[in-house]
Amino acid sequence: MSAWREARLVFRQQLRLSWRQPVWAVLALIQPLLYLALFGPLLRPLTHTPGFPPGSSWSVFVPGLLIQLAMFGTMFVGFGLIAEMRYGVVERMRVTPASRMALLMGRVMRDAVVLVGQAVLLIAIATVFGLRAPLLGLAAVLVIVLLLGISLSSFSYAAGLKLRSEDALAQLLNSLAVPLLLLSGILLPMSLAPRWLYLLSRLNPFSHVVDGARAAVRGDFGSGSIAVGFIVALALAVAGVAVGTRTFHRESN
Amino acid sequence: MAAQTNQPMVEARGLGRTFRTRTGAVEAVAGVDFAIQAREVVGFLGPNGAGKTTTQRMLSTLLAPTSGEATVAGCDLRRDPVGVRRRIGYVAQGGSTNPNALCDEELVLQAQLYGLGAEEARRRADEICARLDLGDLGARQIKTLSGGQRRRLDVALGLVHGPGLVFLDEPSTGLDPQSRANLWTHIRGLRDELGTTVFLTTHYLEEADALCDRILIIDHGRIVAEGTPDQLKRRISGDLVIFTVGPEAERARGVLAGRPGVREAVPHDGTVRVTVERGEEGALPLMRALDAAGIPVASMQIARPTLDDVFLTLTGHSLRDQPAAEGRRPS
Ligand SMILES: Nc1ncnc2c1ncn2[C@@H]1O[C@H](COP(=O)(O)OP(=O)(O)OP(=O)(O)O)[C@@H](O)[C@H]1O
Ligand SMILES: [Mg+2]
Repeated sequence: MSAWREARLVFRQQLRLSWRQPVWAVLALIQPLLYLALFGPLLRPLTHTPGFPPGSSWSVFVPGLLIQLAMFGTMFVGFGLIAEMRYGVVERMRVTPASRMALLMGRVMRDAVVLVGQAVLLIAIATVFGLRAPLLGLAAVLVIVLLLGISLSSFSYAAGLKLRSEDALAQLLNSLAVPLLLLSGILLPMSLAPRWLYLLSRLNPFSHVVDGARAAVRGDFGSGSIAVGFIVALALAVAGVAVGTRTFHRESN
Repeated sequence: MAAQTNQPMVEARGLGRTFRTRTGAVEAVAGVDFAIQAREVVGFLGPNGAGKTTTQRMLSTLLAPTSGEATVAGCDLRRDPVGVRRRIGYVAQGGSTNPNALCDEELVLQAQLYGLGAEEARRRADEICARLDLGDLGARQIKTLSGGQRRRLDVALGLVHGPGLVFLDEPSTGLDPQSRANLWTHIRGLRDELGTTVFLTTHYLEEADALCDRILIIDHGRIVAEGTPDQLKRRISGDLVIFTVGPEAERARGVLAGRPGVREAVPHDGTVRVTVERGEEGALPLMRALDAAGIPVASMQIARPTLDDVFLTLTGHSLRDQPAAEGRRPS
């Protein structure tokens, strides 16, 4: 159980560091809030379009925004790790007997906590805009968001550790982010898409996660979407942690 | 299993590392063999790029060797890296702290990552801070420290858990003379009071001379010499006998060069500088020879070579020069 203790130690230190600069966590919320205010209202007339999922436009749009927050809020944490490597902090920790998984998970836990905080805030604000959703559904969405955050922050750390350069990481993330976003149905549901595009989007795991999040917010607990979304998010989290731990294990040059 | 009494603390056997780069392979360390005994302070000297950091990073498990093996603090480097990590401390050449963190935080965290409880970690952090003159900086953000203060914090972070073996990569870089003297005192104290084994790299020859029981010299990834500071100075360069002979310097060189025991005689600025095996014994016969040739000697001086001279002789370049610089000494 010493790995758990070590992860908590790293987590606490990382949280203190984030707390010292809360402005970043708040700035990360600005983008989804802009989407909420400036893009959300565009969807209302679409609710009667054939193919548009059931429920109010907010219950379709907000789950997408939450997944987007989870993706873009954590995808870039690798930059922070590259900075830490440059400072020599990562090496200083790698030379201790602490478990490599703990060094990774302490950081991932910090990212997950920050992300869930942001998501709760976003849900609260969306409620003001007109979102209505069952509490159980919102809880399910938060779990999915948490799993996604764990996954993407782990992958991002692995990429940062491997690439060791901000430029290379930025290129990688940019080339991944746009297709993942467009093929996930975050902004507009993929049920509106032509068949080939819909089928293509099914290959993107995030599209299943988005569907699951929408079903949860709608309160559609009978459909299989929630379970599928949850399982995909869980699989992504497990894969992320596995890849991240492996990368932390191997010396990186 | 901790190191047994008679077993070396560090034993490298053909330990080597080759980096693959875009422009080809770089053999940073070319299979070195050496041993460091318990309670020894060993200095690791060599010009820039010689392979000091690479060797230390391998021994501290940060970098996988591409050849050879090593036993560190009784643990096999490849089979039991965690055992090695438990028993060592490491201070990197390039710093190790987050500028936004507080000194205290980093020290206590580091000690806790080595398994110490919160209270014990706190106590050790205070203790090492007092020892290295960091006492009142605990609550400061690291970015507000001066360069030398930050360097002392790096050293403190490597020592806070009280390891039995420490690797220090240029620990005194950027320290003022007083802080450096203070660090020396601390390192000697570690050895004398706690029986700590210290392996440190340095570019300061006087530091190696004053602090180290033994010195390893590395160049181009190979150990080119090892011994106590005195042994090295004596074995490699011999002594320098300097005769002040004014305008007769060139003729004096002619008289002295080639005499038994004389390795080299160089006229320089009104003097002739003669390298001999042992200055105390070699000087008098040379003096008589000059006398016999009718060359008046105004003064005579015997100088022991510095480690810098040792370096020059061994590697063809001075420690303070750029690595590619030509040796100044004619050979
Ligand atoms: N990650 C790396 N990739 C490629 N080459 C490397 C790498 N690290 C070190 N080298 C090369 O290996 C050689 C030895 O480097 P090392 O850092 O061990 O030298 P050093 O003796 O510590 O020098 P200095 O006194 O400058 O600190 C150098 O030629 C260096 O360029
Ligand atoms: Mg170095």
